[in-house]
Amino acid sequence: MAQYLLRRVTTIILALWLIITVTFLIMHSIPGGPFASEKKVPDVIKHNLEERYHLNDPLGKQYIDYLNHLVHLDLGPSFKYEYRTVNDIIKEGFPVSATLGSLAIAFSLVVGLLAGVISALRQNHWQDYLAMVLATLSFSVPSFILSGLLMYFFAYKLQLLPPAMWGTWQQAILPTLALAALPTAFIARLMRSSMLEVLQQDYIKTARAKGLSERVIVLRHGVRNAILPVVTYLGFLVTEVLLGSFVVESIFAIPGLGRWFVISILNRDYTVILGVTVFYSAFLMLMNFLVDLAYVAVDPRIKLVDRKDV
Amino acid sequence: MKKILLALMVLMAFVLAGCGGDRAKDTADKSSTTQLIRYNVDAEPKTLDPAKSTGLPDGTIELQMLDGLTRYDANQEIKPAIAENWDISEDGLTYTFKLRDAKWSNGDPVTAQDFVYSWLRALAPETASEYAYQFFYIKGAEDYNSGKGKKEDVGLKALDDKTLQVVLNAPAPQFLGLTAFQTYFPVNRKVVEGNPNWFADPKTYVCDGPFKMVSWEHNQKIVMEKNPDYWDAKNVKLQKLEIYLIENLDTSFNMYNNGQLDLMNEINAQELPALQGNKELKILPDASVYFYRFNVTRKPFDDVRVRKALALAIDRKALVESVMKGGQKPAYAFVPFGFKDAGGKDFRENGGDYFQEDLTEAKKLLAEAGYPDGKGFPKATIMFNTQENHQKVAEAIQQMWKKNLGIDVTIQNVEWQVYLDRESKLDYDIARAGWSPDYLDPMSFIDMFVTGGGNNQTGWSNKEYDKLVNEAKSTGDQKIRMTSMHQAEKILMDEMPVTPLFFYTHPVMIKENLKNVIIPPFATYADFKWAYVE
Repeated sequence: MAQYLLRRVTTIILALWLIITVTFLIMHSIPGGPFASEKKVPDVIKHNLEERYHLNDPLGKQYIDYLNHLVHLDLGPSFKYEYRTVNDIIKEGFPVSATLGSLAIAFSLVVGLLAGVISALRQNHWQDYLAMVLATLSFSVPSFILSGLLMYFFAYKLQLLPPAMWGTWQQAILPTLALAALPTAFIARLMRSSMLEVLQQDYIKTARAKGLSERVIVLRHGVRNAILPVVTYLGFLVTEVLLGSFVVESIFAIPGLGRWFVISILNRDYTVILGVTVFYSAFLMLMNFLVDLAYVAVDPRIKLVDRKDV
Repeated sequence: MKKILLALMVLMAFVLAGCGGDRAKDTADKSSTTQLIRYNVDAEPKTLDPAKSTGLPDGTIELQMLDGLTRYDANQEIKPAIAENWDISEDGLTYTFKLRDAKWSNGDPVTAQDFVYSWLRALAPETASEYAYQFFYIKGAEDYNSGKGKKEDVGLKALDDKTLQVVLNAPAPQFLGLTAFQTYFPVNRKVVEGNPNWFADPKTYVCDGPFKMVSWEHNQKIVMEKNPDYWDAKNVKLQKLEIYLIENLDTSFNMYNNGQLDLMNEINAQELPALQGNKELKILPDASVYFYRFNVTRKPFDDVRVRKALALAIDRKALVESVMKGGQKPAYAFVPFGFKDAGGKDFRENGGDYFQEDLTEAKKLLAEAGYPDGKGFPKATIMFNTQENHQKVAEAIQQMWKKNLGIDVTIQNVEWQVYLDRESKLDYDIARAGWSPDYLDPMSFIDMFVTGGGNNQTGWSNKEYDKLVNEAKSTGDQKIRMTSMHQAEKILMDEMPVTPLFFYTHPVMIKENLKNVIIPPFATYADFKWAYVE
């Protein structure tokens, strides 16, 4: 177990280093720079700017300096918003994205699982058709269209909810729905097919033969087994959703982290590009790691063992 | 599964706890409807340190909180602000400003030393200010900024607490206007030296302007209230100002329609047709020009006849009426309307048009250049940065050239930074461009195209043109300056390294009960000093 953990952590660090290196190289090879503008500045001024941000150091030195700061958990200042460090940007943006993401995950888990189980139990009845039609719809409508539609109807037409910005619970409703639509649909379909499969299994028949109540069969034997694919998907979903969505955050004017993934690249804000990439990758790998651990808790057949024991 | 759910719940509780704080504030905002204006600047400011700010959001926000030596009024006249009056020497080189008794919001007096300190700070090489060049009119400023000269040699002196003397390199009639510009705003030395990030926190943002900052929620909004210590506070009627930092234009449009914004500075072009006839829509003038650059280092654009043929075969009226639809004016010269000529009349009106659309002439020129009816015309591409309107304009021009001249060009959209990079490397055939003035003078357009100028980017060079620009720059005599600039513009339009397409307009949505908001044509900021709600 200890060795397994050690191996995983080493892999994560190696992967992070690789990601940083590749991002660093690609980032510096695309045209443009953080101080490019339509109005050209005199060379003296360009020189002063580059001097200040060490952009005229050799690339190798910039790379080593970056790694050096990173080891001390210092992601550097943003080049565009110089009063904000990348650490600040993540510290301010991540909780917002994570709140919105958690709400969306909670919504999609509750609604998606429920819809999936009901569809499976009432296969080919109207409940099943309704749930699957809705799922297909939310699956195929892109989030920017859904966001726009939600805002148009609930904020503009009905004037029920605020159209944008962040801070009150009313403001969280529309973006949560926009963000949750796709995962809800996915979970519902995943759960439905997995549940249908499980319900065909012999051990369900055995349970029925033993005369267990339908509730126990569905919940303890059915759902617990059928939920495994959802757990796998959850690891992906958590990172995807908690770290924020550019589209939803920009449409609803939410000060989350998602927007920075895109904005920083458009700005060529080198430190922010690297910073959010590192944070994103670390978070992704950590979540995958946690999901692997979670399997052990959910599925008694899976055990963490060191390779030599196998 | 349980663990994950538990972890999720903990996480949720943790983040939820951190985000409930603003509820009380939001409801408070709704109740105070009087003398409050809500305005969207369309982006988070990059900085609020006037020495380093460059963008429109930064400048707009600073303008509400800081007062420079002068300030523009509603008629774009320069009016005294912190400077009560000033003296300009006979040779136009020495400016002596007499400061009034004004106070910083922390009670300190605003002194001439504050201005000397602030301007030198912006010029210091280690400050690395992008707009430091705005000071290069001042003697010794460029040398100091480039590390070649000393701080002491910059032509700036506080004769006493209330008298500031500035010495220029050469007469520059636009200098006075610059003293109203953000880079020239003063900062409080004590505050700045005590805390390099003073401008990032409302508590330490010591200001000398009409409003002071109350709160700043990043990427959301900045709230300001009237500054009671402002020297002209009796003329400030607005009690509160909320400046939103929302980037998405559709979102800000929805917020305006929902009554959450009172003034929209930028409107998505596709909304314009539906808004025609709406009383809240105002089409304001904008002294900016939309044009195409020709890369004169590439064939066939090295031939002036080809450039002219292409320019004469564009139907600019159709372009503004059926493509842009925002009330833009077709441009037959480079300098937009809105700049005063020597006699006080408009520079553009005096200069008039320099060319006319003429299909017969265009075909003739193209044939003379060796491409009769477009035969044998090399492959060429119009490059523009990704934006719906640029695409539409390029498509329309592509069709016009095909139909009128028999020429096939391709169009190509590239990301903003790639566009800037390729333009400055002369890696294009024809490139879309726009230009708005840095200061209220035609020179801001004319000096772009001097040989080797950083903003030339066409490869074009003309000795006579350079000479005229130089002449205009070295005299304080408005008549000579303006005549030289008119002549230079004529050369530019004869040679046509660029072809103007139209002069911009600035459509805004403004609630009808808002009065006295100043939105000048030379920069699309808004000044709320005199604004009020009726």
